[in-house]
Amino acid sequence: MISGIILYTIATIYLGISFIKDKYKTKAAILSSWKMFRNVLPDLLAIMLFIGLALSLFTPTLISSIIGETSGLLGIIYSTIIGSIALVPSFIVFPLGHTLIQNGAALQQVAVLMSTMMSVGLVTLSMEQKTFGRRFAYARNISAIIMSLLFGLIIGVVMT
Amino acid sequence: MTKLKEYRFFFILLLGLLIIAFINHSIALKTIQITGKSILDMLFLLPPIFILVGLLDQWVKKESLIRYMGEKSGIYGVFFTLLLATVAAGPLYIAFPIAVVLLKKGASVRYIVFFLGAWSTVKLPVIVYEITSFGYKFTLIHIFFGLVFYYLTGILFEKLMTNKNLKYDIKKKV
Repeated sequence: MISGIILYTIATIYLGISFIKDKYKTKAAILSSWKMFRNVLPDLLAIMLFIGLALSLFTPTLISSIIGETSGLLGIIYSTIIGSIALVPSFIVFPLGHTLIQNGAALQQVAVLMSTMMSVGLVTLSMEQKTFGRRFAYARNISAIIMSLLFGLIIGVVMT
Repeated sequence: MTKLKEYRFFFILLLGLLIIAFINHSIALKTIQITGKSILDMLFLLPPIFILVGLLDQWVKKESLIRYMGEKSGIYGVFFTLLLATVAAGPLYIAFPIAVVLLKKGASVRYIVFFLGAWSTVKLPVIVYEITSFGYKFTLIHIFFGLVFYYLTGILFEKLMTNKNLKYDIKKKV
């Protein structure tokens, strides 16, 4: 909420300065912002609904039982697969991870799950491809999976 | 017609929700609750971010962005990219159109990869939450390992990928 207020304040100030300096440029800027917004809106709505459905169908208790303390390597694999499906914003991911831990999920598996949720997205892969090209999109997602697994490994070594 | 086609996944999921609503009321209600809340959060956070990017697109000259995020920007590139990536909130796919604007303005592949990596690792608005839920040690490992990893990945990508095959797609899209 606070970050929202800060963002709005900064945006308003810059928008004001821009408007005083050049009305037409400001108009063009708002138009391009609107276009960007309109381009992400369909994906945004679909993904938000997808996450909502997934979170209510797969309850924290269920996920925690899949990636519990004894789940080991298989748990890591499940975490990677579940986390790679969709890109989820961090303000949903961390509370979810916290709930999972409280329900008995293992820290290492949750670390991998959270990291892949925030960085790997199969559902958005086509959108990413359209934006950056196929090679870049695949390479970025693969590197994000590697990062998440290494991060899980470090957490496993250092914290458990 | 094309407009509706873009929303096809949303409508398919909506149909799924409708079917679930007939079978189990409470799951459907919970879905609506979670989805509604996150959509409202997004609609609240997105306008200022996109307006700032729109303004950046109009006002920041290509030469100055190259100085901040171009191939020779060095340590400034790291800090500028980090600042851009961590203050904004939202899921990673919000960063895609922003990255396109930056690429168009002459940002190098290295900093674009670092930008996307940092976006998916560090978010200043939720850092406090991460620390209170998972502790300092976890959060610090996550942030430092993530940033170093994605910076190195950026260098690797820069070597492997020519700007050419990226820019081609950008021209098609914008």
